[in-house]
This record gives sequence, structure tokens and C-alpha cells, in this order.
Amino acid sequence: MTTTAAKKQLHRIDLIFKHEDDCKEILRNAFSRSDQEIVNEMVNSGLKGRGGAGFPTGLKWKLAAESDEKEKYVICNADEGEPGTFKDREILSRVPHKVLSGMAVCAKIIGAQKGYIYLRGEYKFLVPDLNKELGKFHDILDDLGLDFRVEIFLGSGAYICGEESALIESMEGKRGEPRNKPPFPSVRGFKGKPTVVNNVETLAHSYTILKFGAKKFRDLGVKDSRGSKVFSVSGDTPIPGIYELELGMTVQDFVDDFSDGDCKAVQVGGASGFLVPRKRFGKTTIGYEGKLTGISLPTGGSMMIFNSSRSMYNVLNNYLEFFEEESCGQCTPCRVGCQQLLKGIRAVKRGEKPASYLDQLLKLTETMKLTAKCGLGQSVANSFSSIVENFREEMIY
Amino acid sequence: MDFQEKLVQNLVSKYGRDRENLLPILQGVIDQERYLSEEVILKIAKEMSIPAAHVYGTASFYSFLDIEPRGKYVIRVCKTITCAMKGKNQIILAIEDFLKIKVGETTIDKKFTILQTNCLGWCHKAPAMLINDEVYTELTTESVVDILREYKAKE
Ligand SMILES: Cc1cc2nc3c(=O)[nH]c(=O)nc-3n(C[C@H](O)[C@H](O)[C@H](O)COP(=O)(O)O)c2cc1C
Ligand code: SF4
Ligand code: FES
Repeated sequence: MTTTAAKKQLHRIDLIFKHEDDCKEILRNAFSRSDQEIVNEMVNSGLKGRGGAGFPTGLKWKLAAESDEKEKYVICNADEGEPGTFKDREILSRVPHKVLSGMAVCAKIIGAQKGYIYLRGEYKFLVPDLNKELGKFHDILDDLGLDFRVEIFLGSGAYICGEESALIESMEGKRGEPRNKPPFPSVRGFKGKPTVVNNVETLAHSYTILKFGAKKFRDLGVKDSRGSKVFSVSGDTPIPGIYELELGMTVQDFVDDFSDGDCKAVQVGGASGFLVPRKRFGKTTIGYEGKLTGISLPTGGSMMIFNSSRSMYNVLNNYLEFFEEESCGQCTPCRVGCQQLLKGIRAVKRGEKPASYLDQLLKLTETMKLTAKCGLGQSVANSFSSIVENFREEMIY
Repeated sequence: MDFQEKLVQNLVSKYGRDRENLLPILQGVIDQERYLSEEVILKIAKEMSIPAAHVYGTASFYSFLDIEPRGKYVIRVCKTITCAMKGKNQIILAIEDFLKIKVGETTIDKKFTILQTNCLGWCHKAPAMLINDEVYTELTTESVVDILREYKAKE
């Protein structure tokens, strides 16, 4: 049992939310450098996408820059729908100019004239302030001579539209159904043109990198997981909220800091992430190393803490209801799979199916991982297997 | 020309006839009427020269683009994990008790509809809900009734 007396505090970073109003200077400086130089700076910083998947940002910009197409787009993904994530809203309301600066620099490099912020409908209240900010920002761009305009596009309550190709379909006035990949949006995106889609936080970090240089960013974090990350902390914690922390901490470090001592498990990465049980706290780090092995977990920053009073059956049931509702229904493994998983765990709980039925359901999630069309259906296995394998008895009794 | 026809024409001339303007147009109707009726879908299709089935297909995909009649104030209580842990069931009961309707229903005076929704992005201040576009957080069974009383007093 961890005692509250021995609480250790993780290193709090203050880069993203630090108030800075020198965005014009940062941009002027960035525009005076060659595109190649900026791309190199981004690549050297080691910045990886903060929307969850962790794709290297510099590389994404480079790919879009290489295309000869005249028409290109930059999209800021502010659909933030993963359960337990709320940091993008905070970034957009406190430091919107950093996000916009990131978009403008990306636009300059790839050669885009138009950008969009895809804002989830749940955050509509942010629109008036954001529009004011856009007005000021466009004036700065005019002064600096960059032909680039940003508009807000509002979502309408669909988690799947956070997936970049579904987001683009949605912007084209269609159902938010993910496309086959490849081609990736950086090759064929909005209106079939090369499009960079980046998470809100990724774009804000690029501001920090432009201001302080790649080295300062790289010095934070660990190998393959450079820089800081904004975490959304919720659940059974006395201090829920938004925290910028260095990447590379173990779940144990995190729990020592954020739990009141009674912590049974932590969900890392939201419903589509993994549940880490207490016995693995010390062995699991938060970062982007290697593959999704359960040893090092990449994350969009959702950290949900569960104390000993929580039923892991209820937790899994809640996640599966979420996936069943939010599945776009386009492909069978995911549409039918989510329904069957939900029905299945309920049947086991009611004693209508034997405990061994859970193993069949685990196999089903493996099939979904291999055959589902997009990240939603593919990642249901993450929480399902990490909960069922670690808390099997709670699923049955 | 009736009100609805005018609304559709205004929205289409504001955003444009291209398919990619469909979502803002549908959202504009929701802002006024809280749901997309069959008539409005047909009018949009005609005005934008796209098949009504496509308009319906898009509309029916999004949870905020309701295709069933809703009240003037649509209450959406978050039912995802953190809000569930922090007592959203009691909040729902308090709302149902105050408005005398169940989740999914609309009051007879067409003023309120109660729905549930997924994570609103306020888990650190759970439980949370939306009333139309307005966010309310850290709800208690008392505070939610106070909030609804204010809406009841409104036109
Ligand atoms: C089901 C699903 C939902 C997603 N939701 C979001 C989201 O809300 N915000 C986000 O930035 N990325 C989301 N992503 C990831 C995006 O597809 C994409 O990888 C990301 O926006 C790229 O930006 P980044 O490289 O800066 O992270 C989601 C992916 C999937 C599969
Ligand atoms: S995996 Fe699920 S969400 Fe993704 S395309 Fe298939 S049905 Fe849609
Ligand atoms: S779980 Fe309700 S706001 Fe996130």
C-alpha cells in the first residue's frame, strides 16, 4: 500500500500554458528561415503526434510538403472525444494563438492557403472567443505577408469523427465513416488534396519548438518519447485536472502523485487504451516506445484512476456501451463485434454463459484487431483484454 | 413563403450549395428548430440539388442532428465512465423527477427533452451535462434542479 505521506511529486512542466504574446515575433522568425530548416527542427525535436497515434510530426509535414499539388490544407483536430480527455479544450481556450501559429508554420512549409479547426460540437461555446482570436491572428498574417486563413468547422456529436479520415468525410458533408488507408490524408485528404491533420496539442508544441529550439524540447522525456505531454487526470483522485508532465514516467510515479493511496487500476489512453492493474504500475511507462505491448503505453493523455470500490465489470460494460454507440457501423467486425462483446459479458455476469465464454470473446477482440477498418474497432481489444485478463473474477461473480 | 423555407434559403445562401456545406446548414436548422423534420430535409435537398437520401444519410449519422422532435431545451447528461462513477444516475433521477418525464422523452409543453450522451470533455468536473450548447459541471441533485428551475422560468 502506498502511503500518502510518502507522496512524490512529478516534474510539472510549464511550456504549453505559459502565457506568451510574442507570436508575431516567433512567426516572423520562422518565416525568415528556409522550409527545410524548419522541417529539420521539427524532426530533430522528436515531437510525435499527441492525438494518440504518435506519428512523427516533422515527417508528416515533410510528406505533405513534397507533393506538387497546388491546393493543400492544414486541419487542427479538436474533436477530443476519447473518454477522459479534456486537455485540447483547455489549450484552445488558454493559448489558442500557439495552436494557430503551429498551423500557420505548417501551412507555410507545405504550401496551404486554407486551414480548419474541426471543433467538436460539445465545445461550441468556445466559438465566439476563437473567432475573435482568429481575427487578430489573420491581421498578424497579413502584416507578415502569409496568405493563409483559418476557419472553424463544428462537429455534431460523433466520436469517430476524431479519426482523421472520418473527420475529412464529415467536413465534406458526409457521414463520418473512415476511409481506407493508404492513401493517408497527407497524400489525399480534404477534397482529395494533400492535408495535414494534427492534434491541438501537437500544434501548440510546435510553437514551443519554434520559440526555444528543438533541443529544449528534446531534453525533456526519454528515448523515443521526447518532450512534455498534457495529461487529463480524472476519476478517483483528490486533484483531478490538466497537468503538463514529462514523458517517460511509470504508472507508479503517476499514482504516487495523483492518487490518495487507494488505487486499484489506472486506465491509460481512455476507453481505447489500456487498463493497468496495480501489480503492473512499476513496470509500465507512459510514452511512445516500441509497439503497443502493454509495457510502454502511448496515449492521448487520458489518465483515469479507479479505487478499490470500483467494479471493473461496470467499467468494461461502460466502455463497451460507448464503443457500440460510437462505432460508425461501416464494417462488420466492429459493428457486430461491439454488440457481441457487450451481450457476451452481460451473459457471463448473469450466469447464462460459462466463464470460459470470456475466452471466446477475447478471441473475437483479436479478430477485430486484425480485420476492423479503423482504429476504433482495432483498439477495442486493448481495454477488453487488459480488463478481462486482470480482473476475470469480477467479470464472473 | 413559410418560416422553414426562409430558414433553409438563408442558410443555403449563407454557406453555399456545395456538399461540404451540408453540416453547417443542418446545424443551423437544429439551432432554430432543435430537430430535422422530413419536410426540412426535403427542402434542403431541393435547395442544394442533392438527393434527399444523402441529406438524410448525413443527418442520421450525427447524434446532435436529431431527426425526431425535441423540446426547446435539449438536456444531454453525460453517461460515460467518470460521470457514471460520480453519480450521473442520481442526476438523471433528479431531472426525471423534476420534469416528470423519462430519458428519451419530451415534456408535453415541448420545452424539455432528456437525453444521455457520451463524454463531454469535463471528466475532471463530473458529473456534467449540456442544455443545448451550454455546459454545466460538478452537478449535484440540488444544483441540477436549480438550473432547470431557471430554464422553466424562461420563455
Ligand atoms: C476512433 C479514433 C478517434 C480519434 N479521435 C481523435 C481526436 O479526438 N483528436 C485527435 O487529435 N486525434 C484523434 N484520433 C487520431 C487521428 O486519427 C489522427 O491520428 C490525429 O489527429 C493526428 O494528429 P497528431 O499526429 O498530431 O496526433 C482518433 C483516432 C481514432 C482511430
Ligand atoms: S472499425 Fe468500427 S468505427 Fe472503424 S470503420 Fe469499422 S465500423 Fe467504423
Ligand atoms: S465522462 Fe462525463 S465528461 Fe467525460
